[in-house]
Amino acid sequence: MTQLVTETVNKTPPAGSEPLLEVRDLEVGFRTQRGIVPAVRGVSLTLYPGQTLAIVGESGSGKTTTAQAIIKLLAGTGQVTGGQILFEGRDLTILNATDMQAVRGREIGYVPQDPMSNLNPVWNIGFQVSEAIKANSGLRGKPVRARTIEVLQEAGLADAADRLKQYPHQFSGGMRQRVLIGIGLSARPKLLIADEPTSALDVTVQRQILDHLATLTRDYGTSVLFITHDLGLAAERAEQLVVMYKGKIVESGPSQEILANPQHPYTQRLVAAAPSLASRRIQAKKNEDGPATEIFSAGGTDTALIQRATDRELAASGKDLISVEGITKMYRIRKSGLRFDELLAVNDVSFGVKKGTTTAIVGESGSGKSTVAKLILQLEGLTSGRIEFEGRDVAGLKGRELLNFRRRVQPVFQDPYGSLDPQYNVGNTIAEPLLAHKVGTKRERQKRVLQLLDQVSLPASTQFRYPSELSGGQRQRIAIARALALKPDVLVLDEAVSALDVLVQGQILNLLTELQTDLGLTYLFITHDLAVVRLVADNVCVMQKGRIVEASSTDDVFDNPREVYTQELLAAIPGANFEFGR
Amino acid sequence: MLWYTGKRLLQMIPVFFGATFLIYFMVFSLPGDPIAALYGERPPSDAVIAQIRAEYNLDKPFLVQYLLYIGNFFQGDLGTTYSGRSVSDVMASAFPITARLAMLALAFEAFFGILVGLIAGLRKGKLFDASALVVSLLLISVPTFVIGFVLQFVFGVQLGWARTTVSGAAPIDELILPALVLASVSFAYIVRLTRASVSDNLNADFVRTATAKGLSRPRVVTVHVLRNSLVPVITFLGVDIGSLMVGAIVTEGIFNINGVGGTVFKAIRLGEGPTVVSFIAVMVVIFVLANLLVDLLYAALDPRIRYAK
Repeated sequence: MTQLVTETVNKTPPAGSEPLLEVRDLEVGFRTQRGIVPAVRGVSLTLYPGQTLAIVGESGSGKTTTAQAIIKLLAGTGQVTGGQILFEGRDLTILNATDMQAVRGREIGYVPQDPMSNLNPVWNIGFQVSEAIKANSGLRGKPVRARTIEVLQEAGLADAADRLKQYPHQFSGGMRQRVLIGIGLSARPKLLIADEPTSALDVTVQRQILDHLATLTRDYGTSVLFITHDLGLAAERAEQLVVMYKGKIVESGPSQEILANPQHPYTQRLVAAAPSLASRRIQAKKNEDGPATEIFSAGGTDTALIQRATDRELAASGKDLISVEGITKMYRIRKSGLRFDELLAVNDVSFGVKKGTTTAIVGESGSGKSTVAKLILQLEGLTSGRIEFEGRDVAGLKGRELLNFRRRVQPVFQDPYGSLDPQYNVGNTIAEPLLAHKVGTKRERQKRVLQLLDQVSLPASTQFRYPSELSGGQRQRIAIARALALKPDVLVLDEAVSALDVLVQGQILNLLTELQTDLGLTYLFITHDLAVVRLVADNVCVMQKGRIVEASSTDDVFDNPREVYTQELLAAIPGANFEFGR
Repeated sequence: MLWYTGKRLLQMIPVFFGATFLIYFMVFSLPGDPIAALYGERPPSDAVIAQIRAEYNLDKPFLVQYLLYIGNFFQGDLGTTYSGRSVSDVMASAFPITARLAMLALAFEAFFGILVGLIAGLRKGKLFDASALVVSLLLISVPTFVIGFVLQFVFGVQLGWARTTVSGAAPIDELILPALVLASVSFAYIVRLTRASVSDNLNADFVRTATAKGLSRPRVVTVHVLRNSLVPVITFLGVDIGSLMVGAIVTEGIFNINGVGGTVFKAIRLGEGPTVVSFIAVMVVIFVLANLLVDLLYAALDPRIRYAK
């Protein structure tokens, strides 16, 4: 395998140049009480000056560990247990701390994953940038400030001079990522390691930032090692691709080739699971003979499509289950002293949701889409407007009626780590809503828990486990099971699959479609990811700055987007222009 | 920020009245007659008792006593003790001694606590860390008077490095040993607090990023780990200023220091209303000011915290 990797990468070496980075048979392990657990197993890759190489893989594949091993910043008990990392011919694995310190920042820049947690909250931006400049250039005094402003302006912060004294929390996520890119490139390193630099950002911001990064690295001739879980993104941004799975490289070569013609079964699955513009809504057809349900993705069968279309027509003729009329939510934000600013989070939004359908609300962060979800769930009060559920105004619901409403409209939130109580085992978590609504006896509740676990395809033994012992996908299944416990009619899914890997995301979307068909559920799907929308939604509302700018059926929005904003969103989907080999 | 500080200072007014009223009421309700206790076995004549009672306003109803006391308090007259000394006099001699002792103890616990906690946090799981944990556990679980007597015996009696008791004026050098005893428990807490905070922050993403910038290890530790770790420690220290300032009855007792703790203890035993209430009133003010100081320091250390209201 190693041999193959070197060969494929060597196919296109820029004429007459030595490799900048050569990783040979890298082995990285984490020390535990039961010995060393390998995380990276025999990884080899070669990167030439000026090239961009992307490592793609799901979480736990060892892609980040490989990157961290290169700059010797392995977390916790991680250590390199074998192989070489040759940077301009020098083996980084045997450098001491002082020599490595000289390499970091100056020779190899690093742009981390999460802009929210990678800037120190207690120091201002200017300090954190100038610190990197001082450490790597030897500049002191006035020139440092000038260079700091220069670096930030290059990274795309035009008003850098005025913002040096501001703190990270006063910057948006995209701005912070620009600061981190500025820091990473401040010493003009020969290699930049970008570890999922935009996975925490909106698609349009992601595109701006990556375009900018591409321009800068091209201008400086910087090589980029790009780590991502997003195959489309990798293919769009890098000439060379390395696909990792369980610590090993399973496939490598030029991006276009891999996408068009994936060889390894894992890569084929990744390519197939990557949501893109080409995909169609997942269709589920109930099998009359038994409880099993077949899933047809990417086109599906004709019968399923026809079935679906009939269902939708039937639904269309009926009344709206949820009807939202001109809802507005205003927040008052306290400024200094006694002054207030008013923020219109949701501005005159109207739409209807038919029973048994999925309506997606799409928008970037700050567009008000999550506020709409909170308003419908009655977690926040309306400023004006009307929300009807089965023709009844829900605003005035109190006591028992409100409880009944909550029973029928259940939420599933984005963060499967944050929304499950770590001290509660899975069984108790799922049974809690039953207990809160005083449903059934203890024995009945236990039976229901097992039934729910079965519905979300988890083994019965899961009920005794704790959230920390489960993967992100399993946790999200539990969150769904918990939401289904009270047999609701509506699920409000607020970014329910955004935190998951592509393959897991696909599984959860399939599960949701299956459950919708089996239980006749109505979904309100809040997301920033248009590619996912195409897979699950019947109708789409595109939100921008608190307003709905476009609302139509999913096919309409994707095939004939009317608004400029919608077109921008569609264009920003990574890999949108690639033909995936399926 | 000014707005916030002003609001906090205004809040002291109800706290002051509430605290003095409660304390006055409690002292008033103490069982036993303070005058009788003062004279012990040979009670004076009824006429003398009545005169003393009138002099100290003990013959009037509770509310009148309290209002008279507050009225005098704001004219700078804190009343007199039963031995005839003015309360302000007693305060002027007791508070500076306790303040010296408290500041010394605070300096010890802050400096050594943060230092030991930092090293332990950086070397988590190593020998230094394990020993620091054991020692701090020992200091927390052994009562202060045991630590006090042991140190007094070892350094004062056996080695002769320090005086076993502190003279009336209580100069700084004589207060070093008592301050160490007083600081011991808080030192242990600060070690643990700093250690936990440092080892948490050490794993923070921004620390890894700081290293990736090419910063040296000492710089990463002092600039990016230590400052972030100090926020909870400062909170603890601020609350501790309060409790150290209001006196350390046990430590002052062991080393025979005429500080606030001993004086208040004596006054409570004698039922000296004005003395107890005056001391407590000052303590309450110190406590509130110390807490305000903590909140302001908090904002200085963590820019995300801004007091707008």
